[in-house]
Amino acid sequence: MTDIRITEVPKEAGFGDYFALLKPRVMSLVVFTALVGLLVAPATVHPMIALTGILFIALGAGASGALNMWWDADIDRVMKRTRNRPVPAGVVQPGEALGLGLALSGIAVVMLGLATNLFAAGLLAFTIFFYAVVYSMWLKRTTPQNIVIGGAAGAFPPMIGWAVATGGVSLESLFMFALIFMWTPPHFWSLALFMKSDYSDAGVPMLTVTHGRRVTRGHVLAYALLLAPLAVAGAFTGIGGPLYLVVALALNGWLLRGAVRIWRRDEAEAEADRYRVEKGFFRFSLYYLFLHFGAILAEAALKPYGLGGW
Amino acid sequence: MTIRAEHEMHRRRLGRNVGLGVTLAAFILVVFGLTVAKVSQLGERGAFAHAPPGVVAR
Repeated sequence: MTDIRITEVPKEAGFGDYFALLKPRVMSLVVFTALVGLLVAPATVHPMIALTGILFIALGAGASGALNMWWDADIDRVMKRTRNRPVPAGVVQPGEALGLGLALSGIAVVMLGLATNLFAAGLLAFTIFFYAVVYSMWLKRTTPQNIVIGGAAGAFPPMIGWAVATGGVSLESLFMFALIFMWTPPHFWSLALFMKSDYSDAGVPMLTVTHGRRVTRGHVLAYALLLAPLAVAGAFTGIGGPLYLVVALALNGWLLRGAVRIWRRDEAEAEADRYRVEKGFFRFSLYYLFLHFGAILAEAALKPYGLGGW
Repeated sequence: MTIRAEHEMHRRRLGRNVGLGVTLAAFILVVFGLTVAKVSQLGERGAFAHAPPGVVAR
């Protein structure tokens, strides 16, 4: 008699699984902010060179996402929000994620250097290093200030876009960096407030885990108080103008109102309405950043008609 | 006799191969487009910078 043994065929990754390693949603934010940085810079770039620049900035961001998924596979497996990512789900092997991340990092940096300039390529290389090594490997598991310092990685793309066009740094590109840098902590801490046990289960020292929710609520308010004047002051830089000022005043008024509401609430209140205010603040913070950069872009688009800027 | 049954694994492999093919084709197009853009940006002097003096004039 012949025994037939049916063994489970190992899961085989499709193209989409490898693409998911690049964190497409994060990439979309990178593409948008880098594009704004490039378009508002006071220099004209050939459309093909601009397209190539944005493409390889996005690829570099995706590569750092793949390296992050390789390194964080153990904690991604524990957290509900991330357990279906390709590596913890067992669809893509960790070594494949590492290989893809390293290869794409190299391609992105070299191609950006060849297409645009060495300064932009160097800035992209530093961004990948900062996200993969400084944030993922070092800060994320050691300090509750992880997202404060790590937020710099997400803040570099508009600076790189600006560098693609001008080959350097300016007050305006530093402002765009600062805007994302200061926006990151309240954005992520509002998420941590309603993700409940995810971070503590994974042993990630988010502020909610190490210092409690009361302190986190205070930090959301403190960073909102620092962010609001900075965002409004951007209206008076070379990339700001009356339209940006109106948008920034409205959005920052809303931001402060949301942050004060979060600060005033206690856990019992938040539990009672299932973190409605915190979830609303998190959603709003996404529009907040998008609309600020949209207003910066609108100012640049209006300039040829004598309407943008002061 | 050939085995004709198609497993889901084969579909995934096909998808992966097609995806990689399209990506490589797109990469070639980008490099080609970039080359055209870079060359078109060079002035006559830049384009013939490698040639000995006088060659362009003749």
